[in-house]
Amino acid sequence: MFRFLAGRLFQSAFILLGVTIITFGLLYLIPVDPARMIAGRSATPQTVESIRHQLGLDRSIPVQYARYLGNLMQGDMGRSYVQKARVSELIASRLPATLQLMAAAIFFELLIGLPAGIFAATRRNRPSDKAVMVFSFVGVSAPQFVVGLLLIYVFAYQLELFPLGGYGTIWHVVLPALTLGVTIAGWYSRMSRSSMVDVLRQDYIRTARAKGVTESRVVLVHGLRNAILPIVAMIGIDIGLYAQGIVVVEAVFGWPGIGQLAWLAIQRIDIPIIMGVTLVAAVGIVIGNLLADIATSLIDPRVRHG
Amino acid sequence: MSEAWRRFKKDKVAVAGAMVIAAISMAAAFAPFIVPYDPYMQFFEGLTLQGAPRPPDGEFWLGTDTLGRDLFSRLLYGARTSLIIGIAANAAAVCIGTAFGATAGYVGGWVGIAIMRFTDLMMAFPALLLAIALAAILKPSLWIVVMVIALVNWVQTSRVMYTQTRSLVERDFIEAARALGAAWPRILLVHILPHLVPHILVWATLGISVTVLLEATLSFLGIGVQPPTASWGGIINESQSYFLTAPWLVFFPGVSILVVALAFNVVGDGLRDALDPTQRGRE
Repeated sequence: MFRFLAGRLFQSAFILLGVTIITFGLLYLIPVDPARMIAGRSATPQTVESIRHQLGLDRSIPVQYARYLGNLMQGDMGRSYVQKARVSELIASRLPATLQLMAAAIFFELLIGLPAGIFAATRRNRPSDKAVMVFSFVGVSAPQFVVGLLLIYVFAYQLELFPLGGYGTIWHVVLPALTLGVTIAGWYSRMSRSSMVDVLRQDYIRTARAKGVTESRVVLVHGLRNAILPIVAMIGIDIGLYAQGIVVVEAVFGWPGIGQLAWLAIQRIDIPIIMGVTLVAAVGIVIGNLLADIATSLIDPRVRHG
Repeated sequence: MSEAWRRFKKDKVAVAGAMVIAAISMAAAFAPFIVPYDPYMQFFEGLTLQGAPRPPDGEFWLGTDTLGRDLFSRLLYGARTSLIIGIAANAAAVCIGTAFGATAGYVGGWVGIAIMRFTDLMMAFPALLLAIALAAILKPSLWIVVMVIALVNWVQTSRVMYTQTRSLVERDFIEAARALGAAWPRILLVHILPHLVPHILVWATLGISVTVLLEATLSFLGIGVQPPTASWGGIINESQSYFLTAPWLVFFPGVSILVVALAFNVVGDGLRDALDPTQRGRE
């Protein structure tokens, strides 16, 4: 177990290092001159030059990367071109809102995806399974901004059940979380279905059936007990989907999280913010995958020895 | 292959999806002959007296947009944008993915490790954010959008092709080809690639649903294809501030995106089942 953990941790660190190389490349090898962006339009060449020196942009690329990495280690992701604030502070102040949204969205994802996946698995290859799987494709194929806008139109504008957007009460979180939850539940129900199908094929399930245990008990007690943790752990793999979803959903609902921060930065080509959010999302994805792996290996020793 | 075709034909959902794709492709291809109006024409009567978009009626079937242009005509031209970008970007992504995956799988060694570690790295990169960064840096045009989407979407295919190639490498006919002195590019192209064709077909279809959605999302965020070119995501972006009073401007393009993505998803899924019956009923 220790060797497995150490190996996976090392791998995660390695991937994060690679991510920083790509974000660095995008930050510094772009046609936009960061010194000029920070100095502003009316700055004299001397000011631009001094900012360039201050940022170390006059040094060689490996030196600049080492400096970038060193700064990241200390939590410094540079400064926004437009807002002049530290990217790390902007992200830190908005991260809680995003995490709240994600927690609520995961709740909806589980609420919809888990029963749908288990139901479909128990009715494998029957019409009801087919129907659930087609529905799951509808969720996967629905553009999140369209789902969000239509939810706003129906539930906020016509029925006036929820606010049109913004942040504050528990009512504000329902529609954006539902938008993320419904669309991602499409993937989730497919994945939980296939791992439930795998479990229901195991010998001990056949034994339970042969003993005369009722089918609902076979599925819910014998099957689900062994499938539930890896299925829930799959949430960790979905972090990548959330990382993409928050940009769109926070923009549509005016939710003040890091997705909206990235969206506002897109309009002004504020690359340091986009890269900062990307980096935070990548860290989230790596941690999510790591947790999913660990949870799976706790259940199934074959994973850590395989 | 004919066996697979027979199985595919029995999958009613997939066949329906294929028919939808065929219909929309035809409509997109012949759009100039079908559209009732010029999609770029701003009609004086296309706006109400208050200057708001007109709802669907007999004159403008699906209503007009905020500039008084006919929505139905713009949707048909938008289908061209979506399909061209979706198909081209996915084709490029599948090519990159197959080249990387098959090479890593066959050559192995440190080259293989390097390629697959790079693939792992790309998996950890949120595709949309990377696409946003690239699209924000490069001035977006149709082919830039294709390139950006291809660059962030080859990873899945690469993984699949890697696994498939690994399982082929051990087979006797590959061993025989190697024993006959064939060089590795030849073995890859002549002996391994034909066996990857079913998987390439599946991903060439499934992947389009992803690229179409990504194009729509980028256009919605304002960093996809630029106006006045019609694109489904772009139409929604342009009409966002009006959508509470003119919901058709979101609904019709939104449903179009959904239908196309869904059709490619079910056809790809049907192909996977048909080409690889051992995987039937699993994901």
